Amino acid sequence: MANFQVKRDDSDHYSVLRIGGFLDAHTAPQLEEAIQKLIDEERYNIIIDFKELNYISSAGLGVFMGFIENIRNNSGDIKMCGMNPKIYRVFDLLGFPSLYDIVNEEKEAVEKF
Amino acid sequence: MIAKSVHEYKLRIPSQTDNLELIRVFVAKLAEKVGFDSDDIGKIELAIDEACTNVIKHAYNGDRSKPLDIAIQIDFQKFAIVVTDQGKGFNPKKVNIPNMDKYLAELRVGGLGIYLMKTLMDEVDYDIKPGVKNQVRMVKYFLDKNSKIVQTEKA
Repeated sequence: MANFQVKRDDSDHYSVLRIGGFLDAHTAPQLEEAIQKLIDEERYNIIIDFKELNYISSAGLGVFMGFIENIRNNSGDIKMCGMNPKIYRVFDLLGFPSLYDIVNEEKEAVEKF
Repeated sequence: MIAKSVHEYKLRIPSQTDNLELIRVFVAKLAEKVGFDSDDIGKIELAIDEACTNVIKHAYNGDRSKPLDIAIQIDFQKFAIVVTDQGKGFNPKKVNIPNMDKYLAELRVGGLGIYLMKTLMDEVDYDIKPGVKNQVRMVKYFLDKNSKIVQTEKA
């Protein structure tokens, strides 16, 4: 089994990236590529579904920081859902919940746009 | 009398990001073996990842042929992780620890590794000799350090 997976689901007004496994300095480029592809297609409303993600390091957090300005400048946003407590603790430790909408369910994330 | 023996576990591994998972598993299993709870194991796992990622990306500039040495030293009061490299090193005094409010407000990227290590572990120290031997030593105590002092005083 691959150590990181990203699956994409597109709806009319947003796209969901469902990430699984672990997100570290080795796997972060795969997520970067997936977000870059959405931006190239001018799909700026992005939901990241963390349900299957078991681990994140600062290299993973850096992916979101690297894109968020560009995405918001294009009237889009990154919304996050489905984090397990271990993942949420890392976001919380760095104060990221003040910068991103982090919710439990995907439908709540959709409503945040 | 409490025995003062130190158990040491070592891992020498090529400096490659695809080895980060193996490094985390090695360290997390030892942390689990000595009885840390899942919250502390998560902190230790993230701290070793950040330390090794810094070595791979900055000390060795992505040179995959260089060795990364990890030693875990366990005694009766603490779990110490020593990460050693022979890369270019850095001046720990010149590392900016980010002000997180400002960091987030300015949407900065990167530079969180050392901040995380210091936040996650009880102690973080450096011994830097560029190109010869650079070491970062991170410690997690089994008990809260303050309660340890109180216990010692009572004894």
